[in-house]
Amino acid sequence: MRITCPLCGDRDLREFTYGGAAVYMDRPGADADLDALDAYLHLRDNPAGPTEELWSHDMGCRAWLKVRRDTVTHEILGTALAAEAKRGAG
Amino acid sequence: MKRYSAFAIAREALRHHTGWDRAWGSPEPKKSYDVIIVGAGGHGLATAYYLGRNHGITNVAVLEKGWLGGGNTGRNTTIIRSNYLRDPSAAIYEKSRSLYETLSQDLNYNIMFSPRGVLMLGQTQHEVRAYKRTAHANALQGIETSWVGPERVKELCPIINIDGPRYPVLGGLWQARAGTARHDAVAWGYARACSDMGMDIIQKCEVTGIRREGDKVTGVDTNRGTIGTKKLCIVVAGHSGVLADMAGFRLPVESVALQALVSEPIKPAMDIVVMANTVHGYMSQSDKGEMVIGGGADGFNNYTQRGSFQHIEETIRALVETFPIISRLKMLRQWGGIVDMTGDRSPIISRTPVEGIFINCGWGTGGFKAIPGSGWATAEMVARGAPGDLAAPFSLDRFREGRMIDESVAAAVAH
Repeated sequence: MRITCPLCGDRDLREFTYGGAAVYMDRPGADADLDALDAYLHLRDNPAGPTEELWSHDMGCRAWLKVRRDTVTHEILGTALAAEAKRGAG
Repeated sequence: MKRYSAFAIAREALRHHTGWDRAWGSPEPKKSYDVIIVGAGGHGLATAYYLGRNHGITNVAVLEKGWLGGGNTGRNTTIIRSNYLRDPSAAIYEKSRSLYETLSQDLNYNIMFSPRGVLMLGQTQHEVRAYKRTAHANALQGIETSWVGPERVKELCPIINIDGPRYPVLGGLWQARAGTARHDAVAWGYARACSDMGMDIIQKCEVTGIRREGDKVTGVDTNRGTIGTKKLCIVVAGHSGVLADMAGFRLPVESVALQALVSEPIKPAMDIVVMANTVHGYMSQSDKGEMVIGGGADGFNNYTQRGSFQHIEETIRALVETFPIISRLKMLRQWGGIVDMTGDRSPIISRTPVEGIFINCGWGTGGFKAIPGSGWATAEMVARGAPGDLAAPFSLDRFREGRMIDESVAAAVAH
């Protein structure tokens, strides 16, 4: 599996560290209720198919990436810098 | 069902083995069942077996999208042990281990249980302290384990290099009554016994949807038609999240690939199971002579039943230091399975937000050892509609309530 870092280009999986689902970026606020916190902390979509997740390019530029990946085939469907993706969404 | 025995072999030998029955039937699905179990792996079949044997419920279907025992039941390293730290874990795994001891007789099917002993190496001071603590906890729980020094480790397993260099062996947590069993035979034995009780094991039957009326389950859609039921038990390991999605709730579970491999067969070189959690690998020798090697799960979620190269490389690199004799062995086979990991690395045996749906999942990297105990506890829950003492601590709401059964720390990694 190879991931295309927007800054460094096409790199081997071993340069990256997995950071979980991309929804981790949508942290509930301090006033969120128990259900929202429970859902954020514990419950997972865990899809078999395309999903969005966070990867850190630890052995490269150390940037956090938002990667769209198929969990059944390992196909990488798109990458972006997590910070930019978050700004774009917000 | 014709009983298997030495006499039966002799009788069949006289007629050229033409009289053996099929071990289990291959029925068409009925319109409805009292209980439907999704997943004909070890846990699903054990649940069905104890539903019949302990609770008299035999109008049961076990649906399997592939073939019986073809998932993680046929993909593990067959280790059976119960040296867990936390009381709820120790209770269910010890129940399981003790059921394994007589399972061949109970099922009239040789599951080849081999109580050869499991040794978990202490290779750092931290690990030594943790295993001594586990040994004390096990003494209180009534589980026979002991802490042994490096000389005893060398006696038990002469092929271990106890001198390091990176991770010298400082001792080990020894459970003499732990061991291995023939993994396929566990599924086959339960399937044969279930079929004999009149249960329907339906292979190549994939669940594609779950039918509900309000908050109650009414049946499942499959590629072989709709089947009705008031009680549905989901026992599908790595694909638990997919089934939960069909039923309309989410689980605290992530799916990752875990892989294992065997070497070419060699002469008998080790007669115990050794787990080295600091370097992250475990090894035993099969009856065929292959060294059976397991390691860590992939570090990222996926549903590919193969595992990634770098993890197997890490496992072998680590084990070669501890077992120098394996350095020239060739790999014979490698395979992967999808394991369902929970945050606290303990399983889930629970009711769900949908009435009538029960779930057994989250066994992560260590489900094989738990098959009989898990089936026992799950059957009790399904039959009574509420979990018994064994299952109760493993409910879904423990995450929300903050009462985790934290085996991720207690059992290090290989678990």
